[in-house]
Amino acid sequence: MSATLLLRTPGDTIRLLDEELVALPCGAAFWPATRTLIVADLHFEKGSSFARRGALMPPFDTGATLARLAAIVAATGPTRVISLGDAFHDDHGPVRMADADRERLADLQAGREWIWIAGNHDAEARGDVGGTRVEEISIGALTFRHEPRRGAIGEIAGHLHPAARVRVAAGTVRRHCFAGDGRRLILPAYGAYAGGLDVASRAFAGLFEPNRLVVHLVGEGRVHRFPAPSIVGARVSPGGTARPRASRS
Amino acid sequence: MWGVSTPPPTPIDTDLPERFVAWFAARGWRPRPHQATMLDKARERRPTLLIAPTGAGKTLAGFLPSLVELADPAKRPRMAITGRGVRRKGIHTLYISPLKALAVDVARNLEQPIAEMGLEITVETRTGDTPAHKRQRQKYDPPDILMTTPEQVALLLSSAEAPDLFGSLKRVVFDELHSLVTSKRGDLLALDLARLRRLAPDLVAVGLSATVKDPNELAAWLVAQTPDAARAEADIVTAPAGAPPQVRILEPADPEGWRIPWAGHLAVHAMPAVLAAIETAKTAIIFVNTRAQAELVFQELWRINDKSLRIALRHGSLDVAQRRRVEAAMAAGGGPNGLDAVVATSTLDLGIDWGDVDLVIHVGAPKGASRLAQRIGRANHRLDEPSRALLVPANRFEVLECEAAIEANRAGAQDTPPIRSGALDVLAQHVLGCAVAAPFDDDDLYAEVISAFPYAKLTRAGFDRVVDFVATGGYALKAYERYAKIRRTGDGTWRVANPQVAQTWRLNVGTIVEMPMLKVRLVAKLSGPVARMGGRILGEMEEYFFETLSPGDTFLFGGEVLRFVGIRETEALVARAHGKDPRIPSYWGGKFPLSTHLAERVRGLLAEPAAWGALPAQVREWLELQRDFSRLPRPGELMIETFPRGGRWYMVAYAFEGRLAHQTLGMLLTRRMERMGLRPLGFVCNDYALGVWAATDLGAAFSKRRPSLDELFDEDMLGDDLEAWLDDSALLKRTFRNCAIIAGLVERRHPGKEKSGRQMTISTDLVWDVLRSHQPDHVLIEATRADAASGLLDIRRLADMLARVRLHLTHERLSRISPLAVPIMLEIGRESVPGSAEEAMLREAADELIAEATGR
Repeated sequence: MSATLLLRTPGDTIRLLDEELVALPCGAAFWPATRTLIVADLHFEKGSSFARRGALMPPFDTGATLARLAAIVAATGPTRVISLGDAFHDDHGPVRMADADRERLADLQAGREWIWIAGNHDAEARGDVGGTRVEEISIGALTFRHEPRRGAIGEIAGHLHPAARVRVAAGTVRRHCFAGDGRRLILPAYGAYAGGLDVASRAFAGLFEPNRLVVHLVGEGRVHRFPAPSIVGARVSPGGTARPRASRS
Repeated sequence: MWGVSTPPPTPIDTDLPERFVAWFAARGWRPRPHQATMLDKARERRPTLLIAPTGAGKTLAGFLPSLVELADPAKRPRMAITGRGVRRKGIHTLYISPLKALAVDVARNLEQPIAEMGLEITVETRTGDTPAHKRQRQKYDPPDILMTTPEQVALLLSSAEAPDLFGSLKRVVFDELHSLVTSKRGDLLALDLARLRRLAPDLVAVGLSATVKDPNELAAWLVAQTPDAARAEADIVTAPAGAPPQVRILEPADPEGWRIPWAGHLAVHAMPAVLAAIETAKTAIIFVNTRAQAELVFQELWRINDKSLRIALRHGSLDVAQRRRVEAAMAAGGGPNGLDAVVATSTLDLGIDWGDVDLVIHVGAPKGASRLAQRIGRANHRLDEPSRALLVPANRFEVLECEAAIEANRAGAQDTPPIRSGALDVLAQHVLGCAVAAPFDDDDLYAEVISAFPYAKLTRAGFDRVVDFVATGGYALKAYERYAKIRRTGDGTWRVANPQVAQTWRLNVGTIVEMPMLKVRLVAKLSGPVARMGGRILGEMEEYFFETLSPGDTFLFGGEVLRFVGIRETEALVARAHGKDPRIPSYWGGKFPLSTHLAERVRGLLAEPAAWGALPAQVREWLELQRDFSRLPRPGELMIETFPRGGRWYMVAYAFEGRLAHQTLGMLLTRRMERMGLRPLGFVCNDYALGVWAATDLGAAFSKRRPSLDELFDEDMLGDDLEAWLDDSALLKRTFRNCAIIAGLVERRHPGKEKSGRQMTISTDLVWDVLRSHQPDHVLIEATRADAASGLLDIRRLADMLARVRLHLTHERLSRISPLAVPIMLEIGRESVPGSAEEAMLREAADELIAEATGR
């Protein structure tokens, strides 16, 4: 716990029903009451997934994502880690994973509970990557699943890769973000090659109560909390304005 | 088209075949000396570079030897028996033009003499527009002379038929070589030429070029280079220059005439005088610098065209049918079915001689001495008569630039850029193309590649890195052996791994990367949360421009102030905004910067009041006001003025290094000023100066040397600051995207394939971030940085300037704006596509500033 406290930065608390979670600058969430670390959309082996189809993207994405994951695991010391689905970019990802990366993952899993929630990219994932595979899981009042379900309460999900552009003094800034309204929380994509989708876009329509939406943008060493009125495009969103666009960060 | 109506002073003995002599004689023509020399060179099988002004019969000089050779039955390509039957034996002459329209025009014009002489020579074109069945047929039944573009050559070379097609190739003719070699297309073409030389040992390369600064470089480009040997060069034949052109600057006829604008690029004020000049000519070409200018100048001329002069518009984005109509009318000259004037953006569009053009009108800044000379040359049909040209500067700095250009022209000065060193992303594309054609041996291919002039200095290690990149991505982490695109096989050669690799390569060939564009749609004023759809489309703009905007930002487009609403699918939604100052200026895309040579001449002119006599009175008065109020920048120094205005503090640096270098300087300076606590708010630049505004008193800060100007402009900004800015700069990421596409890492966006969904693509921005942190020496990062240094950011030019002005920075602390600063201040809030509202706004804003500057 003390390790977690050292990591706290202003405005990093996310309330979900009666629970308190911490939004971490790397894009993971920590649930102190249960010492659970939560990450979404790792998209391991996305680079090699493209390579398989002829686009030889730099193969450093899995290593980069794992390095960030290892750092936050070391810093928070969780007893449980939950991956919210799409941990691998495709079902063959685990087979392609380099031995060094596989060992690194195993090291991270040692001594703690590790839960893989199935995503749409890795629903039929092959290969052994440790941990426990589930479709979804409930812990206390909270339910963890990949794709947010309309009407759900106390849900923590991924899948949508939320990002937001917010107004600042000298213009606007766009980053991956946590998006929540107190009843639902959607985590940013954690993977190095995972892009972002504007929370103002159609895909998010109906998921949040517009006036209670709060985003936490990932930043350097801290997260930045913004309420709905600061979000660019949120006002014109119900009809759907933004289209899926890859993030810059 | 041949334009050889004036017999040379002395008869030339050419050994021309009878039919040719008769054909010339029937027209009262005789080959010119350089045409005869080209024939001699061809007989001796010497590679040759012909430097000739327009109107010198350059095209005939290039083709005459091919026609003569093909007219001789003994030398015609014979039929050959191949596996598939009897067929002709390949192409005799390959003609490569930078523009498909030019290839088509030249082919059409070549058919006339061939028909009139009754020669049995086939001429065909092959461009992206050629139907697939014809392209297919050309592969097994090629014409004697094939006219095509660099991209088509790359595609033909990758086909299995390449050895048959090109094996008996005798001549390759590069038209407008001076313009081909300045881009990545030139790099690819140089590599393709090396390949052609290997396939056709008898090949002789011929280049046709306008006058350039360093013809020897071009001559070297044409021939194979050998490592560790002296530079090999083709022979150079120079056609005599015609009579010196008569060039003048358009001035108000009387001092009470129009006012020369302080800023702007449209020269609307001068259109009545331009129209009057058109009347004096049989046919005039009006050159402008941008497409937007072309549209506007054309529109304005039509508006005031009360004498019903026949004026046409021609630029690259117009459809082919209209371009053809304009060309046909131009060919008819000033005759009954002809034209009085055409407005055009590019000299390349006009690679052939048209009708009776006897006046070139140049609207806007010339930008370079050679560029102006090439444009003036378009009026030159009779070498013994001077070309007539009229320069129409759109603002006061452009007057200085025009004057400098005239001086340069008189002195015969040239400022064409040096040939680029070959780009690695282009080489990657070529290497894969070679594998697509046939398995290659890397030793052989390396030898071939370094025989190409732009790649002559490429090391073996550098080449191997590129091959490694093509094969498995070139990553330090060897993860992709099993997905290799090319593989080394048992016999040591590299082969394409599967047919998809070849297919993807063919779809992505070429070095021209289109910018992603968004349509600009006007929507009704927002009421409630939802933007209403269904407004009209105003035009297209770069997607990157909109990514810098946030909803509510205003900008100018099509002469209107618009408010950005949002992006929907492939459209940018905008609404009309009220208010005269758009918040966001946008840059004039595609405008290339003032050449260093002209910039020096402008600086010299400013510092030499004795030379101001040649300038219009209004410009002279402006400079005199500046001299009295502040002072004029001296050669060798960087003068900086500071002054307060409207609650802000301004700094103007008169660097004269062109817009691109100024843009980079602006980025770096404001970054540093931010850190120094000077609170910069924004910057603006044109070709001549950079303006920065801040929330603190810059003049006071510099006077107290907190910081000193030497600190502020220290070259070390090109170190860490540049690196830090570059790594995160949208410009560099855009450059990376281009390199990634050319090198084949990322596929082009093909029409209809855009909506592939987010899981199907990886943003090249994310790839850039991961790659630069894990393998900063990767070949694509190197290619990206090389592009940035020379192209978009003009870092090299900026570095030279910063080194030169060290300890020569001078500060003029003023109480108000100076006359010289007015033009740059008027750039604030300028737009990318101008219209009529802009002129009114400019005038209003200008009047305020001028009153302030002159104290009147």
